[in-house]
Order: sequence, then structure tokens, then C-alpha cells
Amino acid sequence: MGVLTFKQGIHPECNKEMSKDKPLTKALRPEVVTIPLLQHIGASCKPLVKKGERVLLGQKIGDTDSFVSAPVHASVSGVVKEIKSIKNPMGREVDAIVIEADQEDVLAESIGPQGELSTLTPDQIRKMIREAGIVGMGGAMFPTHVKLAVPEGKKPEYFILNGAECEPYLTVDHRIMIERPEDVVFGLKVLMKAIGVEQGFIGIEFNKPEAIKEMEAAVAGEAGIEVKTLETKYPQGGEKMLIKAILNREVPAGGLPLDVGVVVNNVTTAVAIADAIKTGMPLVERSVTISGNGISEPVNLICRIGTSIEELLEQAGGFVDQPGKIVLGGPMTGFAQPDLDLPVVKGTSGILVMKSDEIEDFDPQPCIKCARCVDGCPQFLMPVNLANYTEFAMYNELEKYQVLNCIECGSCSYICPAKRPLMQFIKIGKSEIIARKRTA
Amino acid sequence: MNNQQIVVSSSPHVRDETTVSQIMWSVVLALVPAVIAALYFFKFQAFLIIVVSVFGSVLTEYIFQKARGKKITISDGSAVITGILLALTLPPTIPLWLVLLGSAVAIGLGKQIFGGLGYNPFNPALVGRAFLLAAYPVMMTNWMLDGATTATPLNLITKGITTDYWSLFIGHIGGSLGETSALALLLGGIYLVYKGYINWRIPLGMLGSVFIFSFIFGQDPLFHLFAGGLMLGAIYMATDMVTSPITKRGRWIFGIGAGIIVMIIRLWGGYPEGVLYSILLMNTTVPLLDRYTRPRSLGEVSS
Repeated sequence: MGVLTFKQGIHPECNKEMSKDKPLTKALRPEVVTIPLLQHIGASCKPLVKKGERVLLGQKIGDTDSFVSAPVHASVSGVVKEIKSIKNPMGREVDAIVIEADQEDVLAESIGPQGELSTLTPDQIRKMIREAGIVGMGGAMFPTHVKLAVPEGKKPEYFILNGAECEPYLTVDHRIMIERPEDVVFGLKVLMKAIGVEQGFIGIEFNKPEAIKEMEAAVAGEAGIEVKTLETKYPQGGEKMLIKAILNREVPAGGLPLDVGVVVNNVTTAVAIADAIKTGMPLVERSVTISGNGISEPVNLICRIGTSIEELLEQAGGFVDQPGKIVLGGPMTGFAQPDLDLPVVKGTSGILVMKSDEIEDFDPQPCIKCARCVDGCPQFLMPVNLANYTEFAMYNELEKYQVLNCIECGSCSYICPAKRPLMQFIKIGKSEIIARKRTA
Repeated sequence: MNNQQIVVSSSPHVRDETTVSQIMWSVVLALVPAVIAALYFFKFQAFLIIVVSVFGSVLTEYIFQKARGKKITISDGSAVITGILLALTLPPTIPLWLVLLGSAVAIGLGKQIFGGLGYNPFNPALVGRAFLLAAYPVMMTNWMLDGATTATPLNLITKGITTDYWSLFIGHIGGSLGETSALALLLGGIYLVYKGYINWRIPLGMLGSVFIFSFIFGQDPLFHLFAGGLMLGAIYMATDMVTSPITKRGRWIFGIGAGIIVMIIRLWGGYPEGVLYSILLMNTTVPLLDRYTRPRSLGEVSS
């Protein structure tokens, strides 16, 4: 079988060696968890519990009537200490429920197996996934049940599971595929049934031969499910890149994968779905890679949602030295944090600690029009133009040059020899155009 | 942990190691074979011309940046490239004061006056050469080989005298310092394409169109490929990042267009050689080419 890929893109150092052979291990049970009511794209949840109330592990503690949303659950049993406003990893103010754990992990009564997959209807599956609070765990945090609600007129044909894990350093998807391949496949089958398709693919980058081997063994004998080997290239795990690589279809600009008959989700999400169906346990924990040259012992930890980042860093041996940068997510798209007073949320795939000598100095030089950004852009945009148009407030040009088709992968900034902050400019340009469209 | 020392910045948080000055110095490295060939064929005189040209370029860059109160960036290698490239377009007999003047014009009028690296519309070395050729046509066309006055193969062919391919290829011919050895130029070019520091579409388009055009008009295609400054221009000057298109289709058009202009000048123009003006003319089209060859973005629906 050939190695599939998309056109253009970049080749950053993978840096996965530090943590790729570290098995997923349970993190210590936290004394306190801080669970944000908004851990997804969409509407924030309303708290269902009050200060002083006792909650059980897996109990729903926040929900809303909005469609694009996902409920949140207690990741420990204990007592609600307070409901306070915190900053989420993107710097946005959100309300969060703080629970003091009682160290007993008393299960909520509602939790139990949800029945055989063969007896479940697509509607039931979607409802279960919603009730389990499942969102895209690769980092985007889009509510999964919304993706699975196929609008009138769209005809899904394939489900693609994303096991590319193209972000450098991150290894949780890799470990999940090695350690729980059957659950990945089970999750995929659930997802396929939910949208009514007969064919599913699992796309894995070439640099994860163990994962490819395990997944191929797991899909053997499963009708309609195939493992696809992908070139190790960034951003191979982008939804549009995966679809281009595996099916050679182009998602129309401004459209969704469903427009070309596909729904994409991540392998870790599939395992969370498998858990939700098999045991009834909602999304209360997730695996997180803690890595980087600034951390003593890189690990892959299974953490309760709401565990403080600081606690987890201690469990990874602490800092080597004074850290230079702490990033939630991967180094290409993750968010740098000003402090450690933050909880793990459903989309936290990694915590990257960089040493101070790894931090680039901010000394952008004049653009020499080398076009490395143009030649690297997986969306075939002209990043240098987009950045300039943003800088000079040329909004008509920005739109004409398809700024909204940017997937914010950061390849342009990565590859720029003049070290210009292209991605940052383009993000500003995008939000400006979106804001103008809203007011227009 | 000291929070004051934590950097918070926009993604991505890792960067490719390549820098502008790394690219520039790689081009200098790629020019080493051509410089060696120049030294071999034209001896000490070539050495003096190259040294003076590089010195003049770097000094002019320094003076302009000092006068404009800008950061001095002479160590980035870009002025050194201009100096070497200009020297390679000069005849071995040229007086050194003229070399100094040419290099000052190249950097001053060709580059710094537009704002320095990245802002110049024309290749600076070619601006320097165009100035010298217009102002001092006689001294710019005084050819010498093995101690005797000679003419270039492109001059000779107008009189019906041909030059054998092997002399053309290794460069044992009359001509400018760097337009003689196609072999040395190709070596450097292959290195730059391998490193990804020049785009192969431009030289291929330019050389290819010269080859095809000369064939169509009953000329010897191989002769036209290896004669004159074509190799030097196609590999090192047309590919100047700053003054060539940033789109793939734009690069094709740029290269092919330059090749066609070369042949029009060579066959029907007043000059025996057309590389200089072909590239300068195509430089003027770059903003337009970039504008009209914007690639179709993935999934873009034409409106």
C-alpha cells in the first residue's frame, strides 16, 4: 500500500522520541478539580450544582439547551467548593466549578453499560455521545454529536478517524492506538453507525509503525474499515488534508467535510466514545502528553478533567530549569500560557515545556519574497500577501485572497527565514474580516 | 518558576532554522566554483575585479545604512552576492575604478534607494551592469583570453565563426569573468536547487525556452544555451528571490518570458547578448505576474 498525503506542507522535527514509548499511566488523583463550564466550541453550560453540594464521579454538573454545546461532568466525587471565573487556555474568561475530591471516587448512579451496539439506533448513539459530553479531543473541541447530526440533503459516505498526530511532541494518539486498538475500532464502528456509513478509514502517519501495526491487526476481519498510511508531514492531521490524502476530495472553502460526504474525528475521541457506550462513563478524563526539553521526565498521563497543570508538571519530574515557554497543545497550534493556574480541559492534548534557550528572539527581518510560505501553505494561499494586507488594512484584498480559507496551521510562520509573524497577522486579518461580515 | 521569564506569544512556537543570511551565504558558496573558474581563466586580474566589486558593494551598503540611520546588515551576505555577481558580468580588462563605480551604482541605485534588502524591484547586480554598459560601452566589451585580445562566441558567430561545445562548456572562451564556464555555474546551481534556495522553474523555463526558440529559428540550440551570460543569468540572477515571482505559474512565465527576450535580442537586437535586459524587463512584470497567477486555494469555489 502506498503512502498517501496532500500537496505542499512542511516537515518540522517530530520530537516524539521523548515520550512515544512511555505507556499511558494514571495521574495521581487530584485533591481539587476545576471544571470549566465551557470546554468546547459553542454555548457555555449552566451549572447544575450549587456550592456545598455533594457530587459523584461522572455526575453531570453543567449543561445547556443550546444545540452546539456539550455537558460537563464531575471527574471526582466530592463537594462543590465554589463556582468561579477563570481564564481558559485561550485567555477567555469562563465560569468553572471547583470540586474538593473526597478520594473515594463514588460513581454516579446513572453510570452503566449502554447496551449492545447492534441494538442502538443512530439517534440513541448521538444522544449518548452528547450526554457523555464528548468533544473533539485532538484540540479543536467541537461537540461530536453536532458533527454526527447530518443535515437534510447531505449524504455521508465515509468516516475518517484521525490518527495522524502531526503536531510535534504529542504522543497520546500514538499511545491510544498501541494500547487500545480494539476500542479505537469499536469507537469508529459507533461513529459509522451514527451517520449510517459502511466505510471507515484510520489515517496514521508513517512515523508511527507500531501504531500502524496494532491498528491493522485490530481492523483485520472488520468489513469496511481500513488503515491508511500517511506521509509524515505537517499538517497531515488537518481535516481537509486528511480528506485530500485519503479520498482525494477537496472540502469546499467555507464548507464542511460533510459537503464531500465525510465526517472526521480523532482516535482519542473514538476511545472516549467506546468508553461512553461500553461503561457509560462520560468524558471525565483524558490522556495528555507532557513533554519538551524543559521537563525532567516526559510522560503520557491519563488525567482527570480539571486537574491543575502545575500538579501534572510535578508528576512529570518538574522543570529542568527556569522554563522559557509553556504551551498547551502542540508547538504548532498550541497556546502559550502566562502561568500554571489552569486546569486540563477536554481538548488538552499536551503540555509542552520549552527551555528559555529554545525561544526564538523577536527580530523579524524584511521579507525577501523567497515564497517558502507560498510553497508550504497546505491551503494554497499566499501567506506573505495576507500578512501584508492585514498590516496595511487592505480588507478587500484580504477577502479576495481567501483569508477565510486559512486553517491556522502555522506552516507559514514556521518556514519563514525572515522570522516574520505571518500566522499572527493572518489570524488578526481573519478575525477582522469575520467581524466585518457580522456587522455588515 | 519565575513568571516574569515566561514568554507568551502566538503560535507556532517552533521555527525552521533557516535564516535569510543562511540563504544568502549559501548562494555565495554556490558561486565559489564560478569564482574559481574565473581565477583559473583570467588569473590575478579576475581576483582584483572580484575583490574590488565585493568591497564596493559592501561599503556602499554600509554607507547608505549608516546615512539612513538603519541597522547595519552587511553581514547578511546579500551585498556580497551582488558584488560577486556584478564582477562575474564584467570583462577581465575592465579598469578597477570602473568596477568600484559599478558596484556603488548596483547597491546604491539598484537596492538601497528602494529601501534595502527585499524592496528592490530589479536585480541590483544587473542594474550595476546596465549602468556600466550604457555609460562605458567600449570598456565593457574589451575581451581577452590567454593574454590575447579576442571576441566572445556570440560576437564571433555573427561573423560566421563557431566555437566548439567543449570550450563553451568548460569556459575556455572570451567573455565576462563568470559567463565562461557553464560547468562551474551548473555545479552551484544544482547545489542551490538541492537546498531549495532557488526555484528550478525559473532556470528551467528560461533555458528551455532559449533552447526551443533557437531551434525553431534554425539556430544551434546548444550553442545558445552555453554561450554568453545565459547560464549565469538563468541560475543566479533570474532566480533572485526578491525580484522574481512568488507563485509557481508566475515563475514559469517569468523564466520562459526571459528566455524569449534573450533570443529576440540575440537574433534581431542591436546587442549580441540579451540576458541582462531580458531579466531586467521581466523584473518589471513581477508584481503583475504575482497578481494574476494567484494559485487556486484548496476548495476555492470560483465566484
